Amino acid sequence: MVLTSVAVSTREKISVDGATKVYEARTGPVHALESFSVEIGEGEFVCILGPSGCGKTTLLWAMSGLHELTRGRILLDGRPVTGPRPDEIGLIFQEANLLPWRNLRQNLRFPFEIKRKRVDETRIDTLLRQTGLAGFESAYPRELSGGMQQRASIVRALAQDPAVLLMDEPFGALDAFTRDEMNLLLLNLWAESGKTIVFVTHNISEAIFLADRVVVMTPRPGRLARIFEIELPRPRTVDMTFEPGFIAQIQEIKRVVESGGSHGVEVE
Amino acid sequence: MSNVPRELKDEIPSFEGAPARGDHGPIDWTALTSIRTARSAMEIGAIVALGAAVFFGLELILRWTDTPSYVFPKPVDVVKSLVSDFDDLYMHHLWVTMQEFLVGFAIGASIGLLLAALITQKPFAEKVIAPYVLIMVTTPMLALVPFLRLKLGFGAWPLIIAVALASGPMVMINAATGFRRTDLAKIALARSYGASTLQIFWKIRFPLALPMIIVGFMVGSIFGLLTAVGGEMVAASEAGGLGERLVYFSSLARMDQFGAVILIIATLGVSIYVLFYFIGKRWASWEA
Repeated sequence: MVLTSVAVSTREKISVDGATKVYEARTGPVHALESFSVEIGEGEFVCILGPSGCGKTTLLWAMSGLHELTRGRILLDGRPVTGPRPDEIGLIFQEANLLPWRNLRQNLRFPFEIKRKRVDETRIDTLLRQTGLAGFESAYPRELSGGMQQRASIVRALAQDPAVLLMDEPFGALDAFTRDEMNLLLLNLWAESGKTIVFVTHNISEAIFLADRVVVMTPRPGRLARIFEIELPRPRTVDMTFEPGFIAQIQEIKRVVESGGSHGVEVE
Repeated sequence: MSNVPRELKDEIPSFEGAPARGDHGPIDWTALTSIRTARSAMEIGAIVALGAAVFFGLELILRWTDTPSYVFPKPVDVVKSLVSDFDDLYMHHLWVTMQEFLVGFAIGASIGLLLAALITQKPFAEKVIAPYVLIMVTTPMLALVPFLRLKLGFGAWPLIIAVALASGPMVMINAATGFRRTDLAKIALARSYGASTLQIFWKIRFPLALPMIIVGFMVGSIFGLLTAVGGEMVAASEAGGLGERLVYFSSLARMDQFGAVILIIATLGVSIYVLFYFIGKRWASWEA
């Protein structure tokens, strides 16, 4: 098993140490995660890749303090995560998860209201412009396209200026073109902000395109299969995904995923 | 009588917002409100024309057949009575019924809403209470009025209590349906920003439940009005009320006045429906 033999130039931001999670479901225990460990450097973009139901969301929810681990621990800036750390972590969900009874601006104000903080309208406006959402402030979620909704959910998280973004298959429901567009936008925002991003996906191509490192998980219970360093230069372009090196990388990762007996991993 | 609210109960829960869809529950009320476009004006015209046709058609038939007013009142006489005698014959009784209804509904709806919010937090409590709520919903509460009269005398309270008992459980079962809609992802979202349980309730659970709460208010208020009027017909207070007038006028065969009271009650019922319809459009239109 490959652990942190990777040369990360920056200091360690998140440390997952032997994370194990067993849910006590009504139908019996569900073993979601088993002794999963990974180190994530500050400012790093890490993709966690694995088949559906391999505990990726469990891992992310544990990292954001929404789930307690059965065994093991997670450190953020050296301090154990024992509950939500809303000022340091921004969680982005599958589907945009906007509140349908609030318009776009009210949705972006929601985290401020929860935290009882003054709404930083200037920051919201800047982010809206960066993501091409300016002018849609009074639109309700159902009036926005899927891509716009997901951009709004990213703005909602970024407006809090968290050091870490945890993203749970955020673009899984979008079509391929919108997904490319969103990935480029995300890389831009990341390059400008220097945030640490942990991005969960079951799409190999997407993982390679985005990440500094791709962490492959096995099917349930989710264990660490292997970590791949992605040598693709930055800034990245969609054209790179057609180069032989990129395709070879997809095949290499696919082999690891398959040897883990995984199903349901998309190769594009 | 119990057929009417049951029909409403099945039809109302769609507050589907966009007028383009054309789905507005049993009646498209936008025809009455947005008079700006020519299309709506035509629809209003059709509605008025239908009403006029029934009104004057009935009048004509009754005149032709020379039907005496104690057999069937002529619409024109009913309206004449309603307009000229309103202050003398009806105003007081309308006010009596309104008081019973408003106070009873306010009490019933508050308790129903509160109980719904509380019991949905504990599935066990919900299961224990459910059969009793069902009994309360299915029992016509106006049957209790004579009994309450014996206990509480001839004031407004027996009817207020009956109205509260009729509307409260209706509000409660609908609101409970709303509060039971737990959206795990939205709760997780709020929690990830550090929300407290109270914040989760006010910022997630309550707005999520609001459309069903409004439906509960609508159905509950119609139940309450029926109970107030029906209760007055069974055992009114000394002050009277619209239901008491129905019994009084029909016993004297004063059918013009009887018809006028029916019109007042109908207007009251429709007004309540329209009020909650617009509250629903305003506060729950997000639910597509």
